[in-house]
Amino acid sequence: MQKNGKPLLSVRNLKTSFFQDEGTTRAVDGASFDVFPGKTLGIVGESGCGKSVTAQSILRIVDHPGRIVEGEIFLTRADGSEIDLVKLKANSREIRSIRGGDIGLIFQEPMTSFSPVHTVGAQIIEAVRLHNAVSKKEARQKGIEALRSVGIPKPERRIDEYSFELSGGLRQRAMIAAALSCDPRLLIADEPTTALDVTTQAQILDLLRKIQQERGMAIMLITHNLGVVAEMADDVVVMYLGRVVEQGTVDEIFHDPKHPYTKALLQSIPSIESVPRLKLPTISGSIPHPFNRPTGCPFHPRCASFIPGRCDTADPPLLAVGEGRTASCFLYQ
Amino acid sequence: MTNGDASPAKSVLLDVRGLRKYFPIRRGLLQKTVGHVKAVDDVTFFLNRGETLSLVGESGCGKTTTARCILRAITPTAGQVLLSDNDEVLDVATVPKHRLRSLRRQMQMIFQDPFSSLNPRMTLLDIVGEPLLVHGVGNAQERTDRVVELLRLVGLRPEYMRRYPHAFSGGQRQRIGIARALALNPRLVVADEPVSALDVSVQAQILNLLLELQERLGLTYLFVAHDLSVVKHISERVAVMYVGRIVETAPTEELFATPRHPYTEALLSAVPKPDPRLRSERIVLQGEVADPANTPPGCHFHPRCQYAQAVCREKAPVQEEIAPDHFVSCHRAAELSLKGVARTIDHRRHP
Repeated sequence: MQKNGKPLLSVRNLKTSFFQDEGTTRAVDGASFDVFPGKTLGIVGESGCGKSVTAQSILRIVDHPGRIVEGEIFLTRADGSEIDLVKLKANSREIRSIRGGDIGLIFQEPMTSFSPVHTVGAQIIEAVRLHNAVSKKEARQKGIEALRSVGIPKPERRIDEYSFELSGGLRQRAMIAAALSCDPRLLIADEPTTALDVTTQAQILDLLRKIQQERGMAIMLITHNLGVVAEMADDVVVMYLGRVVEQGTVDEIFHDPKHPYTKALLQSIPSIESVPRLKLPTISGSIPHPFNRPTGCPFHPRCASFIPGRCDTADPPLLAVGEGRTASCFLYQ
Repeated sequence: MTNGDASPAKSVLLDVRGLRKYFPIRRGLLQKTVGHVKAVDDVTFFLNRGETLSLVGESGCGKTTTARCILRAITPTAGQVLLSDNDEVLDVATVPKHRLRSLRRQMQMIFQDPFSSLNPRMTLLDIVGEPLLVHGVGNAQERTDRVVELLRLVGLRPEYMRRYPHAFSGGQRQRIGIARALALNPRLVVADEPVSALDVSVQAQILNLLLELQERLGLTYLFVAHDLSVVKHISERVAVMYVGRIVETAPTEELFATPRHPYTEALLSAVPKPDPRLRSERIVLQGEVADPANTPPGCHFHPRCQYAQAVCREKAPVQEEIAPDHFVSCHRAAELSLKGVARTIDHRRHP
């Protein structure tokens, strides 16, 4: 990862666990990464890898019975001051000004993240007025502008519609408009296109790229889709079962993967460019249940390069595997 | 297995002609019909014995409705679904209800969601054995033996057959669903988005299993999917649907390399390629998928098509065979030269 410039967001050894009667789930288990201003960081991983909980931890919206157990999340604010989000109270005035203010959030499911009983406009206006001292009229104007900037046709009319009156693509655009209405410097997009069709997905990805160029905002893009990451990200963090297994630039990750999991994942995805009807190389087994976490390296039961007596007994540390690159694997020790 | 019969290479198993399914829109106190959602609007294609045809399209294009009509899970409004049964050809669309059960032995389905398509109160033995029970195949012991055989076939340990679905992961549950679909030795298996609910690392396992089973049992697949990379991987031929109509049908590699319909071109261009060095100018379609209740006149795709001309707005194009086995419904198909996926990589050698 390039080290020029100060990171906008710096996550250090983040650990978030869920404490349930059945046991403790270590959803995020020591994640560290940086997000740089104006850049896109892609966080990839399959279900249960902790990518969404990482986003929730940053915004301090982890649901009960989960909580951050350890680690630091440093955010550089607009005035240059640095603040540790972990130390803030989850309902403090300060974190509330950051949520939706400094950091905008887009969810995967735009249908469930808008309230069905309020108009889209009312929800955007509420956010605008929460973060800015403006009149209702000005806030409405700002809302209309936000809707226009994300390419919603006739925003003056759409602002008074309910979320169920919009199509999936328009709803996701409205979601982005709401997130952008307060000019965030970091946009966290949690699977922003997963629920959309490919042609709509292309529209939304295009829009995100355009907005980033215009505003110089940083994007933290969380997805399981390696194609989306390859198209959008500058830097990539690969997660597996709560751990960062590898990080590097997008080109390094896709063309010179180091961690056995990244390698296997890249080989196993069906590609639009692959030869039809060839057997794909697969990763054996499936993702373990979180209560049933393997000892040592979480990937060792499925790993082709498993070293008995080593990978199953000790946690591999994040090791430097090149200029600004890290991988968490004993192969590189 | 009775399915491995040496039928001639290109015998048609399923022939769908002019299939239509309109759902009425009812309004008001008297529930008067005020319009129709034309979910499937004149769909014609065929499926050869032992091959895989994929129906691909975006949500609401009618691909699942087409699949359900073929299985007669819903009765089509018009059209024929001709299934070859040994020497006999039956029209599934009109066959009387009492003959349906025996027909359904020939056609089985694999569902999208392995979590909701398995009854949580039934054991694996009950689930996989149920089709056998319904069709009165064998006695209890024979049925159990068949379940053991089926579980082995899909890569599950037969010792697990007294367990319930909750004990299994998504990929394993999809294997259970596949075992159930194969219980009656069907000729045709309709797979509706069988891997879209699975994690990427598990998708490859299920796709490989489907290919393997086809080879071993001589199955014919109708594969319904929206993910073009999955489609490219599994199919011999692909049919692209847009708002109730098939716009293009072609052998897989040909369709991906040289698409002849503008919608196919846009669809291929929209798929994010898992290679950052290939970030290219994409064709980003403007606007939204047309509403099947209020379809545009002429070609359904014309409002979003960058090549549209006056004729496209007035007249619906008819399907023509533009190259051997390559069918397309576009007024300008012959004159346009469209861009496909340029590169082909061999996964066995890739990174």
